[in-house]
Amino acid sequence: MFDDFFIRALVAGIGIAFVTGPLGCFVVWRRLSYFGDTLAHSALLGVTMAYTFDLNIAISVFLISSVIALILIQLQKKTNLPGDALLGLLAHSSLAVGLVVIGFLTFIRFDIMGLLFGDILAVTTDDLLVIWTGGALILIVLKIIWKPLLASTVNYELAEAEGLNPDRAKAIFTILMAAVIAISIKMVGLLLITGMLIIPAAMARNISDSPQKMVLFSIIGGLLSVILGLYSSLEFNTSSGPSIIAAALILFILSLFKIKQSIKLKN
Amino acid sequence: MNSNNNILVKLNNAGFRQSEKWLVEGVSLTVEKGKIVTLIGPNGSGKSTTAKIALGIYKNIEGSVEKYTTKVGYVPQKISIDWTLPIRVYDFMLLTETIEDSSIDEALSLTGVIHLKNKNLGSLSGGEFQRVLIARAISKKPELLVLDEPVQGVDYTGEIALYELIKKISDTLNCGILLISHDLHMVMTATDHVVCLNGHVCCSGSPLDVAKNNEYKALFGEKASQILTTYEHTHDHVHSDEGEIKKN
Repeated sequence: MFDDFFIRALVAGIGIAFVTGPLGCFVVWRRLSYFGDTLAHSALLGVTMAYTFDLNIAISVFLISSVIALILIQLQKKTNLPGDALLGLLAHSSLAVGLVVIGFLTFIRFDIMGLLFGDILAVTTDDLLVIWTGGALILIVLKIIWKPLLASTVNYELAEAEGLNPDRAKAIFTILMAAVIAISIKMVGLLLITGMLIIPAAMARNISDSPQKMVLFSIIGGLLSVILGLYSSLEFNTSSGPSIIAAALILFILSLFKIKQSIKLKN
Repeated sequence: MNSNNNILVKLNNAGFRQSEKWLVEGVSLTVEKGKIVTLIGPNGSGKSTTAKIALGIYKNIEGSVEKYTTKVGYVPQKISIDWTLPIRVYDFMLLTETIEDSSIDEALSLTGVIHLKNKNLGSLSGGEFQRVLIARAISKKPELLVLDEPVQGVDYTGEIALYELIKKISDTLNCGILLISHDLHMVMTATDHVVCLNGHVCCSGSPLDVAKNNEYKALFGEKASQILTTYEHTHDHVHSDEGEIKKN
């Protein structure tokens, strides 16, 4: 059944949408979209490491992204630079270093476009295993830290005062971010992963009135984007990443009409 | 380790310094089960800081905090909620602990906002939100309740009712309350122990003791002292027929 590249891509995409849905909601709520972007940029370095040392791409990307996240936390403590400057510094320098390293790896033919924008032809049966087991693990951990993470998203001091240990939840969430980027990089591409996190969640925000509903709609939005995107990618012979994100954008635009309606109802 | 097992939280000479400036220092106080301890003092005197030290929100403190309970309810003075999060009053009630629906309804009814249960938190007025905050803190039936100006923005009649509710909660749940309040009437009628702060503890004791204290008078003025003393002076002595004062 997984012999067909398109079926493999579809199964991979569906697995990714289940994970990016809930994580994307927290990215939107906690204003972490630029943070996600930084981790995604650093993923290129992870990919080159994987080729250089012959490692699994997902694992290598996960390790590098986690290291970048740790460096960021340290820099935030030790310097007086604002958060966005630090994020920009790490995002672009890790991207640049990654590209320079690729230049040295002359023995490998690199598909840069595939790396940046996703390539459904590249998804192997092994990748499916990584996406589905990795994805399941991410969701289980997220379920465990859901309460402290949500509580500290609403109000940090309330969560801390009532004994929920928000700092630990935040640290674990950072690792989950690195993990979701690691499993989705092949499919969506490193320039567009943040879009996959944010756009379905933003769409869901327009049509939900509770955190749980937003997570649910965000997953549904992600699934629809993957299915629509991949079919059109096949139809029009476009890269998989941009096709999926464009489909997500269409869903977001549709969700705006719902807002208009509810505003009318209120008046 | 805990000689008196009614003690819920104990501050020993506690203080907190932020970027070389002491927000508050040398605070010792004890909150026990069923007792209301009130912090009073002018703006910037370290009341909220003291509450946050007691709650364990501030980590690098001077002195020490001994906490003997994990069942804590907190109503912060300032709460900024990010409205990128869609959240109803009902979801907010379940924020830090899973509570049965019946307890949620009961708490929301007690504070008079049951009709707002399914409303979006962002659509509430300041006073309504304050009532929801109090309902959330009491619905989890805490052992220690920390209330930082809990009735700010609440209308006058609501204010009285809420203070009565707070007093009732301390009796029925037998929980200890650390209260920050500017309402000296409330302080007088319901509080067991008053701590008057001004960067440090300037005086503490029963409401009457504090009202008589000269430092308190200097800080709040003679009038505030009169408010406090008019409440209690009938309780510690009786007047004889000749007008002489006899101590009880």
